[in-house]
Amino acid sequence: MLFILMMNAVLFLIILSLTFLVFFIPKSYKYYYTLLLLTGAIVLSSVWCFKVFSGNCQVLDIHLELPAFRNTLILIIDRLSAFFIFVINLTVFVGFLYAKGYLRPYYQNKNSLSFSIHFFSYLWLYLSMIMVVMIRDGLTFIIVWEIMALSSFLLVIFEAEDRTILKTGISYLIQMHVGMFFLLIAFLLVGKATGQMSFDALRLYFSNHSNFLLFILFFIGFGIKAGFIPLHTWLPEAHPAAPSHVSGVMSGVMIKMGIYGILRVLISVQNDLLLIGITILAISLISGILGVMMAIVQHDLKRLLAYHSIENIGIIGIGIGLGVIGMATNNTPLSLLGFSGGLLHVFNHSLFKSLLFFNAGSIYHAMHTRNIEQMGGLMKSMPYTAILFLIGSLAICGLPPFNGFISEYLIYIGMFKSLSVASLFQSVIILGTIVGLALIGGLAIFCFTKAFGIVFLGEPRSEKAKMAKEVSNDMIFPQYITISFIVIIGLASVLFVRPVFDIISRVFNLTDITLIAGASISNLTQISLLSGVFVITTVILLVYRHYHLKSRQISYGPTWSCGYSAGTSKQQYTATSYAYNYNHIAKPVLQTKKIMRDIREDEIFPDKRTFESHSDDIFKKLLIDKPVNWFSNLLKKIAVMQTGQIQHYILYAFVYMLLVFLLTYFNII
Amino acid sequence: MIGLILILISAFFFPGVIVRTKSITSGRRGPGIFQPIKEIGVLVRKGSVFSNTTGLVFQIAPVISLSGIICALLVIPFANQTAIISFEGDFVFFSYLLAFGKFFAIIAALDTGSSFEGMGANREAFFSMLVEPAFFILLATFAMFTGYTSFSDIFSHFFITGNDYVLIYSIIGFYLFIQIAMVENSRLPVDDPKTHLELTMIHEVMILDNSGFDKALIHIGSYLKFSIYGALMYNVIVPAAWNIFLQIVLFMAVQIIFAIIIGLIESFRARNKMNLNPKFILTISAIGWIAFVIILILTDKI
Repeated sequence: MLFILMMNAVLFLIILSLTFLVFFIPKSYKYYYTLLLLTGAIVLSSVWCFKVFSGNCQVLDIHLELPAFRNTLILIIDRLSAFFIFVINLTVFVGFLYAKGYLRPYYQNKNSLSFSIHFFSYLWLYLSMIMVVMIRDGLTFIIVWEIMALSSFLLVIFEAEDRTILKTGISYLIQMHVGMFFLLIAFLLVGKATGQMSFDALRLYFSNHSNFLLFILFFIGFGIKAGFIPLHTWLPEAHPAAPSHVSGVMSGVMIKMGIYGILRVLISVQNDLLLIGITILAISLISGILGVMMAIVQHDLKRLLAYHSIENIGIIGIGIGLGVIGMATNNTPLSLLGFSGGLLHVFNHSLFKSLLFFNAGSIYHAMHTRNIEQMGGLMKSMPYTAILFLIGSLAICGLPPFNGFISEYLIYIGMFKSLSVASLFQSVIILGTIVGLALIGGLAIFCFTKAFGIVFLGEPRSEKAKMAKEVSNDMIFPQYITISFIVIIGLASVLFVRPVFDIISRVFNLTDITLIAGASISNLTQISLLSGVFVITTVILLVYRHYHLKSRQISYGPTWSCGYSAGTSKQQYTATSYAYNYNHIAKPVLQTKKIMRDIREDEIFPDKRTFESHSDDIFKKLLIDKPVNWFSNLLKKIAVMQTGQIQHYILYAFVYMLLVFLLTYFNII
Repeated sequence: MIGLILILISAFFFPGVIVRTKSITSGRRGPGIFQPIKEIGVLVRKGSVFSNTTGLVFQIAPVISLSGIICALLVIPFANQTAIISFEGDFVFFSYLLAFGKFFAIIAALDTGSSFEGMGANREAFFSMLVEPAFFILLATFAMFTGYTSFSDIFSHFFITGNDYVLIYSIIGFYLFIQIAMVENSRLPVDDPKTHLELTMIHEVMILDNSGFDKALIHIGSYLKFSIYGALMYNVIVPAAWNIFLQIVLFMAVQIIFAIIIGLIESFRARNKMNLNPKFILTISAIGWIAFVIILILTDKI
């Protein structure tokens, strides 16, 4: 056994060191070399996961001897880590398969080095992510966390010739570091109080210190990564800038590292549970509702998806928040179902969001634009992409029989079950959450009918859309892996919910769950049954319709437009007009601005005019733009000292020396 | 099973009763009760015209909507009998299944590339998004009151809690179900199905390009939806423990009364101004909150 563990460690170290060889491989083989390494690492870590899940050992310890640093890196895999490793492995692998087709056009105008950097960063993003979920020691954790931020930064700026992308990347890097500092402070506080900077020391710290304050520090640090509103400002910028396989991985799994961190801290929290639960719940509800509200008005497809990630993080957070409230009130069903719903949604979201990002990438590939107002009618030219996107949309809206429904159902049922036993205060909170979740569901449907309808249906809205062609098969095939998971979770949910229940009950020490878990499993079986009935009914009706229409006269003609037959594609409903009435009532949040010159009274023949409307992210304005402007203005004022005359500079030096002299003389310093 | 058959039967004459009520109140002779069903027969026999712009989505959408409604039907209980499929939180499934059909109806409308249908699609998406919370508040209120979380359990324990105030929430439930049904089915005062101008329609304008068999499916779906909501209303006002034969009669009576109410509303009310609709729909949710507060008081939580 010991030998096998050592073998594991050695293999892992070999893979780590082999990554550097990427730089020395010929350009055309780099991809395959990276794929080989990635597959190796994925197989290795999957074996670890399997060992933990199969019950041979509850927790797997792997000691990596690092002679160069005279140190031992300890990787600890419990069930929570194993779950996250599984999620990471799947999305990263599919993402890399997809990257083959996506990167093809770049081979002509990008040199070998940028590919090396890209693949190297991809490998290290993967390795750092799996290490994040395995490392318990605070300092090493921060280092790996930092590697994750740096490698994702390098991936985002793949097309750094474009200055705006570089700028976005740097802004991303800065915001990641703000988060990192919060984590560092939190770990330092723990280290100071307990003498040990690690997740394991948290329990000791929480037993005799204020739980809420430290948790909030961790929550801000991890929340910036996860993208809770108002900490989300990097998300809608970085995702559109990155290549699509990277956005898929970042949105699918990297932001979940924040969720992992929050869960890892929550395991140790002992007091203030109700306060913490309500805080998480409130922030998550705001993230969920505002995230999707802002998504609706976006015109950039990838930005729309990025805002949707915020919404889904909100749903995950709602589950976690309810779980904590359940722990605080000794309501085991609420805990179990809330946490499980949240955790399962982590997996679900990693599936459908990466799928949607990949397809957004395929569309970008075919059209060289992300502006949905220029799309339309793509379903005819890109049928496979369209169907994949449609399934992703249905799943992300939480519609049965796909996977999104299962996690949302778990959260819902936890709340409905708790209503009759909850106190007044809790009842009001729970009902508010139910309303919020229902509203999120409705808004998501609004958002994705718009996205799918405007992008894929109707007539092409531009020349680019007319010329679009289906992408190559190597971009489509990998996505079938993702799709199959989406469908399996939707139709045979029990297979996945049972392990999730197991993870949650062990990790959070929930006892007496057999009754509630059994009831939920039987409910899910019924859901599978009804979903099956739904699928079968649909198929039967479709077949019947097919044969029925065969014997009838079918004719084709233009779309009905009130007898007017010379319509153009410009007369179609646009994304803006689709969101118009919604915009009307969402004004306070979105602050949509219209920019148009009014027609003056004396202007008898008005000249050409433009009309433009856009909505700002109000949080970005208040939290990032305003303070940065204020600070740079302050610095500008200080810059009057920079006169450029050498006499002044000598004077400054002289004043400084005088000051030092005086202060020392009076024993002040 | 009886419930399922009853719902199917009542869907048969439901639209006819509405049409008949409207013709009587407006002083016309009007068509017979089974006229809408005959029209479906005509539609099924007819051929179809498809727009060149449309594709796969347009072809499959009516079928998916209808099969969603049929499956939603399976969780509705009747009298003391549990529904054919019943599980905790089945109303969540019910609501999301209807939403699934709606999703396809909306994108099918966008598939035609017509600005009229885009408009209808947008309104449908917008209004059904706003009405979603009302349904959930109402069901949450019931779940809190009875302590159960499936349609069958909630309705079979609705009246045996021995509460004297039972009428209050059964009337509120009845009222809210009517309102939700009107919005979900795009009837007055939110939408007027008999309006003649595309610009002022919601649901009708979405299906402008559907013809023949597909249109028949859409109509069947809409009739079924009516009788599903009728069955829900029935369940909140008639105790489940009553004699089953009496209940069958009462069920039919409630469905007919519901249809007559719709007919009367459509005869004597004008459609809301389009931009007042959000307010109207949010009011339904607000009434739901009132029901919630009442239940809080009844269960001694306040």
